[in-house]
Amino acid sequence: MSTKPKLYYFDGRGKMESIRWLLAAAGVEFEEEFLETRDQYEKLLQGGSLLFQQVPMVEMDGMRMVQTRAILSYIAAKYNLYGKDLKERALIDMYVGGTDDLMGFILMFPFLSAEDKEKQRALIVQKATSRYFPVYEKVLKDHGQDFLVGNNFSWADVHLLEAILMVEEKKSDVLSGFPQLQAFKARISSIPAIKKFLEPGSQRKPVPDDKYVETVRRVLRMYYDIKAN
Amino acid sequence: MSGKPRLTYLNGRGRMEPIRWLLAAAGVEFEEVYLETKEQYDKLIKDGFLLFQQVPLVEIDGMKMVQTRAIMSYIAGKYNLYGKDLKERALIDMYVEGISDLMQMILMFPFSPPDAKEKNLESIKERATNRYFPVFEKALKQHGQDFLVGNKFSWADVQLMEAILAVEEKVPD
Repeated sequence: MSTKPKLYYFDGRGKMESIRWLLAAAGVEFEEEFLETRDQYEKLLQGGSLLFQQVPMVEMDGMRMVQTRAILSYIAAKYNLYGKDLKERALIDMYVGGTDDLMGFILMFPFLSAEDKEKQRALIVQKATSRYFPVYEKVLKDHGQDFLVGNNFSWADVHLLEAILMVEEKKSDVLSGFPQLQAFKARISSIPAIKKFLEPGSQRKPVPDDKYVETVRRVLRMYYDIKAN
Repeated sequence: MSGKPRLTYLNGRGRMEPIRWLLAAAGVEFEEVYLETKEQYDKLIKDGFLLFQQVPLVEIDGMKMVQTRAIMSYIAGKYNLYGKDLKERALIDMYVEGISDLMQMILMFPFSPPDAKEKNLESIKERATNRYFPVFEKALKQHGQDFLVGNKFSWADVQLMEAILAVEEKVPD
């Protein structure tokens, strides 16, 4: 039996992407099983692998883990990306909570109608530039260190980079008012494990397309009628 | 200055209620500031208290903590309600996140339009009885222990208790 973590999800970003990022940042190789048919999903359900009948599911260290946040917290702690004490962990949790909320606006984007997509794009950019990016810009400016928390690479840095790149896909010059974040983006992207993940051929997934949306709807029989925020 | 944690929120459950539950379960006394006017809220933002311009806010141990999950994880960690090791913590996190999904449905319920209320109530009942409660019923049956994780009182037990009572308020049986 392989000792690598095994990820069960669709062949696309969704809620699994942050987990792929974190495993990659930790230098952990992983396998993936892609859900393509309703049958596969039902088989997983019947086999009792999905605690709350949902994916993401990650098999690792003898556990079948579900719930994205639980999985990410476990990986962060295991690979020392969660700060050195309770207070650093609290700070990382707060920062990750923010980037999670921001990426939440993007998560449902592919499922929206064309008209709603334009509205949502504007909302994503507005939230990023007025609520979220200024916070991280200030944190980096105030302490002048390379990383968000404790002068050490952590989950918070990985999550922020992921969020920045996702928002840039919606508006390429969105970092123009944020010099600290621009430098941060360059710095974190050049970390070898991250650099590798950003190269073609890695397990990073592309921007979701219609095929992804169709697969999710067909397998889960859900998300047919999503509205913009 | 009081050493007690200070909670800032609306005078109601919302996203602060699980935090109140957890502090109470840990035996920690806390103070509350209720937001009643927009001016109060604007002032908090202007004074830099709200990292992402949102409440809940909990002032604890010299920190101005926001983000419900971050706050709860800190409290659970500090007061030994988070299991004895990484794997127990993972299990507690899974249970807590699942329950949180169910609670989210109840949280949003008061805001549903009148014609959707009946449907949403049905959804809450369906999810509770088909997706969430069976998991915890099975966990308790299988290990036969008093508490959900590691034979010890934890955050997961508090959260489940809160959820059961909240669902019972909507669906008495």
